[in-house]
Amino acid sequence: MMRLPPFRWHAPKDLAEVVRILAGEGPAARVVAGGTDLFPNMKRRHQKASTLVGLAGVEGFSGVTSTPEGDVVIGAGTTLRALERDAAAARLAPALVEAVATISTPVLRNMGTIGGNVCLDTRCNYYNQTWEWRRAIDFCMKCDGTTCWVAPSSPRCWAVNSSDGVPALIALGARARLVGPDDEREVPVGDLFRDDGIEYLAKRPDEVLASLIVPAQGDAVSTYRKVRRRGAFDFPVAGVAVRLRRDGDRVAEVAIVVNGVGSSPIRCTAAEELLVGEVPDADRIAAAAAAAWKPARPLDNTDHEHSWRKRMVRVETKRALEALTA
Amino acid sequence: MTVASEDGARPTADDPRRKAHVILRVNGEDHEVAFLPHKTLLEVLREDMGLTGTKHGCELGECGTCTVLVDGEPQLSCLLLGLQSVGRDIETVEGMAGADGLHPLQQAFAELGAAQCGYCTPGFLLTAEALLRNDPQPSRERIVEELSGNLCRCTGYLKIYEAVEQAAAARTAPGAGR
Ligand SMILES: Cc1cc2nc3c(=O)[nH]c(=O)nc-3n(C[C@H](O)[C@H](O)[C@H](O)COP(=O)(O)OP(=O)(O)OC[C@H]3O[C@@H](n4cnc5c(N)ncnc54)[C@H](O)[C@@H]3O)c2cc1C
Ligand code: SF4
Ligand code: FES
Ligand code: FES
Repeated sequence: MMRLPPFRWHAPKDLAEVVRILAGEGPAARVVAGGTDLFPNMKRRHQKASTLVGLAGVEGFSGVTSTPEGDVVIGAGTTLRALERDAAAARLAPALVEAVATISTPVLRNMGTIGGNVCLDTRCNYYNQTWEWRRAIDFCMKCDGTTCWVAPSSPRCWAVNSSDGVPALIALGARARLVGPDDEREVPVGDLFRDDGIEYLAKRPDEVLASLIVPAQGDAVSTYRKVRRRGAFDFPVAGVAVRLRRDGDRVAEVAIVVNGVGSSPIRCTAAEELLVGEVPDADRIAAAAAAAWKPARPLDNTDHEHSWRKRMVRVETKRALEALTA
Repeated sequence: MTVASEDGARPTADDPRRKAHVILRVNGEDHEVAFLPHKTLLEVLREDMGLTGTKHGCELGECGTCTVLVDGEPQLSCLLLGLQSVGRDIETVEGMAGADGLHPLQQAFAELGAAQCGYCTPGFLLTAEALLRNDPQPSRERIVEELSGNLCRCTGYLKIYEAVEQAAAARTAPGAGR
């Protein structure tokens, strides 16, 4: 048996109690929602915690509501499955629901939450391995070691942000509500991430993600495209989310966000600038897709060849733009 | 020390080395069980309750053989704590056959050769059972999608899909027991 290490267990009823425990225990305490990321990582001993705070029983932490204006408010503890089946979310935030439906497998989506998906640990072929495997390579910079085996002269870790939900949330302009022991704040989802494989989240450890707010999309359309080996189970080796609003023949607004090819999601601003104010014909779309391809710098640390993953960013951006402008 | 909160459904464990004493509801019966707080439901079922029908494969969420039903929904028992299962209705493969014989899904799996080595079978049976409760006549497409979290290295899946279809037909036939 590959067992979890021992820990203290708390399962409070309200969020205030959760953050109180986190503030008292410091970085040795962690929250767990569905456990589909944290438990495998703790079993392989690359994430550690002496106290776990279970979020599943926190009241008002899950559920999807929508306002008459069309904003969608998603509790961080909402399971991926519940979100996938929510008719209002499918209508008001299509790219997000499409992305969530591609995550892993149906049984895993029964457990995993959208909050856990946003806070997902970054991934790397040299890291997501058993302790024995990692010891055999003398570990790596992200956990227990000093060298990055992907780029040995590099001073930083290049582990990959592999969330499907995150690029869709950013493209849709979603905001995250964070609750800490003394304060509460709302930030754009994109501001939660840092381009670093180790310090990948720009939030304090004692802050809990309480909910996600997807603003009303008006007549904008959106979609998500994912590249992976199998039709189930696999993380994205590249993922592209696009939101687009047209004014007559021309593009009025567009957001293109790529994930799975770097330590943080990438907003492809150069590609967006090529489209705004223009008629999205085949040439424009091809030019924008080429511009989206540039900032993607995948390294050789996931499934599939990294040069192919980079090429697929261009292909999938083109396909997404074609689908939304057809 | 382990204390149950006032509603009894939210145990906490302050001492990682002391066993938690809780009631788990498995296959319709309440069981008093004691186990360490970090044990998964998979470990509790197999090691502390002697229910070895639930299999352990990858133990990392990558194969589905440990699937049980929790409040009627498939969940991976390798990624769920025993403590997180308190107050919930757990169903394992041991609860499927009744006094009147095999469950229609078990019958169909046996008749069509949908189980070869059998290691993946409990997970498939429970996932299929949850599907048929929600959708008694699922399309082939729906069956493939819902079973996509269960890996089988022997059958090639086709016989499993056919067995689910046969069980669905048997179950909805006039006069069928369940
Ligand atoms: C086999 C397998 C395949 C997978 N495939 C995919 C995939 O294709 N795409 C994908 O995106 N993901 C995939 N995942 C990862 C994971 O299952 C999902 O991302 C899931 O949504 C994580 O949610 P969770 O609630 O289970 O997270 P948990 O494991 O509970 O938590 C994950 C992390 O987030 C933190 N956290 C959780 N909730 C909060 C909160 N509210 N506030 C602050 N911090 C929080 C935890 O402390 C932990 O560090 C896969 C996992 C497995 C095991
Ligand atoms: S990118 Fe380098 S440091 Fe980061 S997990 Fe991979 S091998 Fe380790
Ligand atoms: S043993 Fe649980 S998914 Fe493999
Ligand atoms: S019958 Fe052997 S793994 Fe499925």
